[in-house]
Amino acid sequence: MKKSKSWSKGLLAGVPLLFLPVLAGAEQAGVPDLRAGWEELWHELMIDIWVIGIIFAAITVYFLIRYRRKHHDEEGQGPRLSRLASFGWVFVPAFLFLADDIFLAAKNFELWNKMREVPSGAYEIKVEGFMWGFDITHPGGATATNELRVPEGTAVKASLTSRDVVHSFFLPDYRVKWDMVPGMNTYLWFNSGAPGEHVMTCAEYCGAMHSGMYGKVIVMPRAEFEKWIKENAPEQKS
Amino acid sequence: MSTQVLLEPAETAGLATVKQRFSLKEWIFTTDHKRVAVLYMIGAFAAFFVAGIMAMLMRTELASLGPTITANPSTYNTWLYFHGAAMILGYQIPALTGFFANYYVPLMIGAKDVAFPRVNALSVWLFWMGIILALLTFVIPDPPDIMWTGYPPYSILTGGNTAFYTFTVLLMGFSSIAGGVNFLTTIIYMRAPGVTWGKMNMFIWCTLAAFIIQIIFVPVLGAAVTMLSFDKYLGTSFFNPAAGGSPLIYENLFWFYSHPAVYVIFLPAIGLIYEIMATFARNRIFNYKKIVYYGVLGVVGLGGVVWAHHLYVAGIPNWMILIHVFMTLIISVPVGLLMIGLLGTLYKGSIHYATPMLYAAGFVFLFLIGGLTGIPNAMSSIYIHLTDTYWMPGHFHYVMAISMTTAIIGGTYYVFPKMTGRMYSEKLGWIGFFLFFIGANITFMFTMIMGVKGMPRRYYDYQQFPEIEWMQQVATIGSYIIFLGALVVLISWLHGAFYGRKVGRNPWGSRSLEWTHAPSPPPPGNYGDGVKLPDDWNPYGYGKEPH
Repeated sequence: MKKSKSWSKGLLAGVPLLFLPVLAGAEQAGVPDLRAGWEELWHELMIDIWVIGIIFAAITVYFLIRYRRKHHDEEGQGPRLSRLASFGWVFVPAFLFLADDIFLAAKNFELWNKMREVPSGAYEIKVEGFMWGFDITHPGGATATNELRVPEGTAVKASLTSRDVVHSFFLPDYRVKWDMVPGMNTYLWFNSGAPGEHVMTCAEYCGAMHSGMYGKVIVMPRAEFEKWIKENAPEQKS
Repeated sequence: MSTQVLLEPAETAGLATVKQRFSLKEWIFTTDHKRVAVLYMIGAFAAFFVAGIMAMLMRTELASLGPTITANPSTYNTWLYFHGAAMILGYQIPALTGFFANYYVPLMIGAKDVAFPRVNALSVWLFWMGIILALLTFVIPDPPDIMWTGYPPYSILTGGNTAFYTFTVLLMGFSSIAGGVNFLTTIIYMRAPGVTWGKMNMFIWCTLAAFIIQIIFVPVLGAAVTMLSFDKYLGTSFFNPAAGGSPLIYENLFWFYSHPAVYVIFLPAIGLIYEIMATFARNRIFNYKKIVYYGVLGVVGLGGVVWAHHLYVAGIPNWMILIHVFMTLIISVPVGLLMIGLLGTLYKGSIHYATPMLYAAGFVFLFLIGGLTGIPNAMSSIYIHLTDTYWMPGHFHYVMAISMTTAIIGGTYYVFPKMTGRMYSEKLGWIGFFLFFIGANITFMFTMIMGVKGMPRRYYDYQQFPEIEWMQQVATIGSYIIFLGALVVLISWLHGAFYGRKVGRNPWGSRSLEWTHAPSPPPPGNYGDGVKLPDDWNPYGYGKEPH
């Protein structure tokens, strides 16, 4: 993300300017970048929210100043609405809000479908939450705890479950999380992007060490990753 | 300060006869709705104060990476459990549906008391038992540590005392149901002649709506937490996956009540804000009937079908998510109408800035931020990142905690002269408001920003996010400012109650019944031999048109 662009949008959108650009856009052919999708929708949403907020706030401030009591026996002269006007003041705003709601719902499902449809050929790992850590099993049988190694620029599907209580598998940099429920299998997927390290942490309260239940996602160059997988594959049973 | 009195009776002299000798027995066994209200008020503010201290402890703990004031995360979790459970079940719901409902409903509708005064006493007793049980959290060796949500299987497996949670919820729940039956009956059957459905105060409509929600949904929560304790102590397996149960059933049942509970708090709160704004702007409610039908009742209609937005990533089926995204977004329609009604009430008003009006104005801004930051949470694809991060506490502290607290504190200042017959100090009122307002914005704005950056909630420590330490510190400083503000508010009330200037029945110049027809404070029985109202009476009959 370019900084200047982020600033100009940030002025409009307020909060997002505090984002740290984490992943260099590394969209592989055919694999959507969910993080970029999230950021884009978030920016649009922020504009939507700030516009509504500023309209309401500006009117409030204006009324609060304009209609101060001038002398002590003054009374308000609020309008008596005609039947038509009273319905107008319900249905016109209601239609405006509804239009915005439908627009936002449509935008939402567009991204949501991408988030819930795992691209074919995704690298599939199993993650089991426990009090307090994440056990990871790779397709070849390699295992790790609190350290999720994935190849760069790949769609990674994490199949989630829990050994004891409800946890939540949260990858803040990738803008995704999903609950890990004992007795159930859930999933999420993300685009691993460029090599680097990212936080993986628990987001559902799970007891004393809830805040200590975290680890790393390590995105590796392909060759290095292949090597690591080979070295860590379990020995063949004879 | 202008003390506009519409009907100018010289009844301040008669106050001494109203004031009785203090008798603890009379207070405990009282069935007078105004005394029951005071008992609710004391209990609710006690819960607010203790839960507020828990918040201060947590914010202090979070002010530095690693242990700050406790090295034991379980201690922190108990603070957090108490803070959430006490603030919602012990403070907000009882303050609004106990204290204000009790004080205002009979007075505003011209009744001598509630329909079932003894059931009312039962309600407040159950509430106090709940408060005492909750406070015992601090003396038992195995305090509950399951958060106010109590999700299984953790709540079943933990060594913490889940039964305390269950029984606190049940006591508060029974108290609410008893209150609901009482107030629905009172509002429907005990209005004075002339107080028609179309001339009821906004607060009465909002209270009616809130109790409809309580009566429908509280039993569901009661059932859920009871099953939880059955699972833990009697070996059943409703929610325990180890024996074939499903935690998701609990999560659904819990939010099936606990989302509507937000509206149980929101509706009476915005009702109070309407009362304050109408009185201090001396203006009629903008589009009153439509706001009631489409705003207040619209919230009741939609409130029960949006709970799954708490569960988008919990593992519920996708079709449920699709429905609830849409329903949740649509909540913006009735809530937006309620906001338009508020702003319309200011239009061409005559606004006087006494302390209650400051709080009402503050409410508009805080609720605006809180409401608008709810929109991202309705959208599953945005929510997937934000849920269970600091964004959520940031959002719901804006929309519930601090917005509704401005309504509760502002409402208390508003009712203060009626309750005590005395006036608080405006200077202290203003100082308290600005400390509260500024502190709250600092704390929760930074809370939301930390959430967007990925900081999960309910964390004792944040080693994986060292870069946000400075924001935690700013939020902590903000919380100290809030606490200071709350102390000033408390001092202003105590000072006003003992040393305040005596006032007549209607220091605000309101047209509402409790101000025009009842002395301050009102005697037992309120209106003596009943209220007679002229045909053109209206609680919002401002505007000086020739009658």
